[in-house]
Amino acid sequence: MSALRLLLALVLFASPVAAQETVVTGLSADSIALNATFDGSELFVFGAVRRDAPTPPDAGPLDIVITIKGPPSAVTVRRKTRVLGVWVNTQSVRVRAAPSLYAIASTRPLAELLTETERLRHGIGMDQAVRRVGSHPMLADTRPFADAVVRLRRESGLYSQADGGVSLEEQTLFQTRFDLPANLIEGIYTAEFFLVREGEVISDGSTAISVRKTGIERWLFNLAQDSPLLYGLLAVALALAAGWLAATGFRLVRR
Amino acid sequence: MQIYLPIAEVSVDAFVLLAIGSMVGVLSGMFGVGGGFILTPLLFFIGIPPAVAVASAANQIAGASFSALLAHLRRRTVDFRMGTVLLAGGILGSALGVQVFAALRRAGQFELVISLCYVLMLGVIGGLMLAESLRAWRRGKDPNVLLAPRKRHTWVHGLPLKMRFRTSQLYVSAIPPFVAGALVGILAAIMGVGGGFIMVPVMIYLIGMPTKVVVGTSLFQFLFVTSLTTIMHAVQSKTVDTVLALLLLVGGVVGAQVGVGLAARLRAEQLRILLALLVLAVCLKLASDLVLRPEDLYSLAPS
Repeated sequence: MSALRLLLALVLFASPVAAQETVVTGLSADSIALNATFDGSELFVFGAVRRDAPTPPDAGPLDIVITIKGPPSAVTVRRKTRVLGVWVNTQSVRVRAAPSLYAIASTRPLAELLTETERLRHGIGMDQAVRRVGSHPMLADTRPFADAVVRLRRESGLYSQADGGVSLEEQTLFQTRFDLPANLIEGIYTAEFFLVREGEVISDGSTAISVRKTGIERWLFNLAQDSPLLYGLLAVALALAAGWLAATGFRLVRR
Repeated sequence: MQIYLPIAEVSVDAFVLLAIGSMVGVLSGMFGVGGGFILTPLLFFIGIPPAVAVASAANQIAGASFSALLAHLRRRTVDFRMGTVLLAGGILGSALGVQVFAALRRAGQFELVISLCYVLMLGVIGGLMLAESLRAWRRGKDPNVLLAPRKRHTWVHGLPLKMRFRTSQLYVSAIPPFVAGALVGILAAIMGVGGGFIMVPVMIYLIGMPTKVVVGTSLFQFLFVTSLTTIMHAVQSKTVDTVLALLLLVGGVVGAQVGVGLAARLRAEQLRILLALLVLAVCLKLASDLVLRPEDLYSLAPS
C-alpha cells in the first residue's frame, strides 16, 4: 500500500549553543493521514545543521538522534500464570503513562554515540519509554511489567528503534523515515532532535505533529467513541440494509 | 487486499474475512444453523480481539437473520405471539449478558471465560452431532426423521401462566419460552452466537411447536435480540466493528446461497459428520490455546 507523503516545510530553529552548531529541521508532514485501505504511514524527517563558524578540525564526528513520541496514556499490564492446567491472568499492574508510540532513529547505535549519563539525562532509549509504573501490593518488582509494555509494543510496531536509520551527508544534511503502524491513536505527537558530538548532546529541539485519521474509517472510530448510541443504531441499520439487499437481490436473480 | 478495521484496530486481508463469512454462510445454508458458534472462534484465530469479535458477530447475525426472516415472513411461518414471549426473555438475557461481558473485560478475564465457554459448547455440540450422525449413517436414514414427536404431555404442560399461541396451535405456559429466550439473549451478548442450537430443540421438544414455524419464529427473536445486543455493546464497551460485520455479511449471504445448492446435491449424514469434525477441530484448537504455554505471558489493555 502506498504511503502518503505530504510535504510540509515546518522549519524549526533551535537555540544556538556553544559550538555554534544548531539544527534546522523540516518534518515531512504536520498531519499523518490514514484511510480505509491503509496499513500504515511513513513520516519523513529531514533537516540541515547550520554553522555560524567552521567546525574545529580536531572535533569528533557529528551524530543525529531523532525520536517521535505519541500521546501518553495509561495501560494495564496483565501476567498469566498456570491455574489448574489453564493459563489465567492472575496479576495486573497499571502503568500510569506510556507513550502510545515511540520511535527512535539515529546515525549509529545509541550506546556508541551517547554517554550513558547524557542518554539518561535526555531520556532517550527504549528503557526510558515507560517510567511511571504503579506499585503493586503483592509484587516487589514491577519492572518486568514495564518491560512487557516495551516488548509487546515493539512486536506490534508501535515502538521501534532504528540504529543507523538517520543518514547524514557532509556532516550537514540529514534525513530519516519512520514507518508508522495503522493503529495510531489520534493526537499531538512530539518529534525531538538531538545533535551529538563526542558523546554529548550539543543542540536539541522539538516540534509537534498533529496525527489525525482521515476518511470513513476515522469518522466511524470517532462516532463510536463520541456518540456510541448513534453508532450502534447505524451498525444495526447497515446490517439490516445489507440483509434486505441480499434477500431481495437473490430473489430477483432466481426469477 | 489489506483493510483496516476501525474498532478492532487491526489490518486484515478483506478476502480472508469474505472467505470466513462465506464458509459460515455455506454451513448455514447447508444445515440451517446460524453458524455464529463457528464464526466467532475463527475471528479469534485471525487476530481480532475477542471482545470485538463477539460484539461484531452479534451485529452480523442481526443482518443475516433479517435476510432469512424475510423469506419466512412471505411464507407466513412466523408465530409472532410466541416470538414476542421469546423476545421478552431475550431482552432481559441480553441486558444481563452485556453487563457480564463488561465486568469480565474490566477484570481481565473475558478471553479466558469466553474460551472456556466455547470449548465446552463446541465440545458438546460437536460430540453430540458426531455421535448422532454416525448412528444415522450406519442406519442409512435421514436424521431429520427423529425430529418428529410433538403434543406429548410433559411437566411443561403443568406450568402456570398459560397463553394461547394460534399460529403454533398451542395452549402452553409462557415460562419455558421466556426462559429459553433469556438464555439465548445471554449467549448472544457473551458469545456472539444466535443461539439456534438451544432455541430450536427447546421449541420442538419442550414446547412442542410445529417444525414449520420453529425457524421463522426463532429468526424473529434473533433479529431483535442481536440488534439490541449490538447497540448495548456499542454503548457499553465500544467494541462493535461495523466494517468487520458488513464484510462477514457479504461473504455470508453469498455463501448461504451456495450452501443451499450444495445441500440439495450431497448426502445429509455425511455433511453432518463433516460439520461435527469441523466443530471438534475448532474446539480442540481453542482448548490447546488455553493449556499450552502462551508465547508471551504478559498482555496489555487500555485503562
